[in-house]
Amino acid sequence: MSCCAPGAEMALDLDRVTTVLPSSQEIRLASRSLGDDLRQTDLSVPAVHCAACIQAIETALGKLEHVEGARVNLSTKRVSVRWRGDEVPPFVAALGRLGYEVHLFDPDIGEKDKTLSELIRAVAVAGFAAGNIMLLSVSVWSGAEGATRDLFHWVSALIAIPALAFAGGIFFRSAWNALRHGRMNMDVPIAVGVSLAYAMSLYETINHGDHAYFDAAVSLLFFLLIGRTLDHVMRERARTAVNGLSRLAARGAMVLRDDGARDYLPVGEIEPGMQLLIAAGERIPVDGTIIRGSSDLDCSLVSGESTPRTVVSGAFVQAGILNLTGPLTIEATAAAKDSFLAEMVRLMEAAEGGRAHYRRIADRVSALYAPVVHLTAFVTFLGWMAATGDWHRAITIAIAVLIITCPCALGLAVPIVQVVAARRLFENGVMVKDGSAMERLAAIDTAVFDKTGTLTLGQPRLINASSIDPVMLAIAADMAAHSRHPFSKAIAGFAGFSGQPKLETVSEHPGFGIEATAAGSTWRLGRRGWAGWKARTGGEGRYGGTVLSKNGMIVASFVFEDALRADARTAIGQLNEAQVSVEMLSGDTAAACREVAETLTVDHFVPALLPSGKVERVEALAKAGHKVLMVGDGLNDTPALGAAHVSIAPATAADIGRNAADFVFLRESLLAIPLALDVSRKAGRLIRQNIAIAIIYNTVAVPIAILGHVTPLIAAIAMSASSLLVIANALRLQGFVRDAPARIAPYDRRSGIGDWAQMS
Amino acid sequence: MTTLVYLIPVALFLGALGLSGFLWALRSGQYEDLDGAAERILIDRDDKPR
Repeated sequence: MSCCAPGAEMALDLDRVTTVLPSSQEIRLASRSLGDDLRQTDLSVPAVHCAACIQAIETALGKLEHVEGARVNLSTKRVSVRWRGDEVPPFVAALGRLGYEVHLFDPDIGEKDKTLSELIRAVAVAGFAAGNIMLLSVSVWSGAEGATRDLFHWVSALIAIPALAFAGGIFFRSAWNALRHGRMNMDVPIAVGVSLAYAMSLYETINHGDHAYFDAAVSLLFFLLIGRTLDHVMRERARTAVNGLSRLAARGAMVLRDDGARDYLPVGEIEPGMQLLIAAGERIPVDGTIIRGSSDLDCSLVSGESTPRTVVSGAFVQAGILNLTGPLTIEATAAAKDSFLAEMVRLMEAAEGGRAHYRRIADRVSALYAPVVHLTAFVTFLGWMAATGDWHRAITIAIAVLIITCPCALGLAVPIVQVVAARRLFENGVMVKDGSAMERLAAIDTAVFDKTGTLTLGQPRLINASSIDPVMLAIAADMAAHSRHPFSKAIAGFAGFSGQPKLETVSEHPGFGIEATAAGSTWRLGRRGWAGWKARTGGEGRYGGTVLSKNGMIVASFVFEDALRADARTAIGQLNEAQVSVEMLSGDTAAACREVAETLTVDHFVPALLPSGKVERVEALAKAGHKVLMVGDGLNDTPALGAAHVSIAPATAADIGRNAADFVFLRESLLAIPLALDVSRKAGRLIRQNIAIAIIYNTVAVPIAILGHVTPLIAAIAMSASSLLVIANALRLQGFVRDAPARIAPYDRRSGIGDWAQMS
Repeated sequence: MTTLVYLIPVALFLGALGLSGFLWALRSGQYEDLDGAAERILIDRDDKPR
């Protein structure tokens, strides 16, 4: 049925993340009402990819009760389901049976993108006007005279009005905004040039003059809008891709009332003192204290610890921790807005330094460019006034100078390169949030990495499989399949038949391990002290010593290490070659950090850091004059992601980290980082080349304009030629990037395990 | 000259028709799922339209 569900898309490289299917209460919370009892839910389905998928999903959902209809959007890889009634139809389960993994969306993200449709409408209107006016202008240039020419000019003036109002409005508003705040941007010379050109042409038309610049004014808007729209589409695409990833924060929680009733409340409505039920596999929504139950907690996103923590009642838990093995009842000690998560957001906002002060290359150039251009036009006017005393002629020539210098090529020079670069990165699974991120990345000289979840996968890997008896390993794997503890998952990957007895009863003891009976014996997989109750307690290993025991006698012990992310070593080598110094900051223990640092040949590392410690380290580096790239995934990295000059997060990062980062890479391989750096540096070089081309064009064209030789025909040719040149230069980036290291296939852990299993 | 009096309005009208057609298509959501539209043609619908 689902021909292409597994492994089809790059987003699927993420499927190892511990995800929990959204509960029906959560779906209800995330759906939006269409009125009249009808509700709509938007789901992200990253694996949908062909006609068969569309049909399979739409028919399967359509058959469910209470579902009015389902529509797949293949471009955004989403399904919107319309349904009625109080009960949420089981569509997540239905899609799960087909083999499609589903993530929920926030209701507000489903809003249509207003800016994009405004830009596309503006491009359409400007394109229509530019085409028609150019047609009339060609007739004027080829010799229309007298009344015919006046007629053509009048028609052009009329067509130009909607274009100026509609398409020009975008530039006028932006220019006015900049001027009001005492800044200068690219839109100021554009707005001034376009409106003066229109005013002068109108004056000429009324007075039966020969030259009107309607075509120049409108085609300028058209070209610039194309650049702006492409830029917007690129950012939008990255945003959609990032939004399509699974949410890692809890959306709500089951509240246990005093009278025993249970309510599912959104996180924002949870107050201190409420009792919350947290099932195994759920994330803790607010800070709290455990009052009942015991379990293992995965704190890797919160504190960077790679080893799961065992907790019993009385322990304090922070928002964002993943509950792994047993159900817990916690009492909330803080509302969501005072929880750990919110504190991280505040720290991040406080740290927002480097990027807030960053001014884009285009803005920096135009801050120099605009005054020079306006001054030149003014001096030209004064010069012609002094030379001839003919004010009409002087103004005409001054305005011609403004038109010819209008930064058409400059306005395209930057966005076109960035769009091409973003596209290359997108194809390699790297999302760029905006163009300024690439400019900032090109400038870095220090890269700071988080350990757990960034350099490592944050998931343990069994390293002594080859020395374990295959039968014992198979029994352990069968038992481990019943648990979601990270160690169990690592062992469960070795499942296979080696003549092991069939398990009869399996039960999980949170905080200790798994117990099973098979062929009359009791097997335990878990902590050494608990599983091997008859054995003399040996030394507890680094990971607490996980063993398999038969009737209390230890028969196998398992050694784990935190698996490194694919190509981590190569990536760090490439960064070093690119003259970027690499540092590792972690919340984990010094011993765990040292081991990773030695394997990866990272010279500097700082262990056991609090979130604020990471920010301080990043800020200290910035103070010392370094431009810092921060790569991190945890909640505890988020403030540092905000403080750094530029930041990158893997797709498995916490939600706020993903939103804070400038780049998000979807694949497992760390090579995404040197690739992003490489593309950004090449893009930076091309942008500078393009700006140089635009300036050279001006140094040739401006003297001609000052001497009064520019006619509308010359202006049109010069402007189009320079724009085409800039675009052609930007497209060279495609060739550049192909020379970069060839795409490396995603790291496949299964094959590695297979090899080991065969060895053993 | 006299031909222009009707040719120019005709040309502009046709252009405006195309523009309004595009804007209509944009507003009615026909550009929202370009990839999906290309694939949907391959789906056989043997069931009656609901």
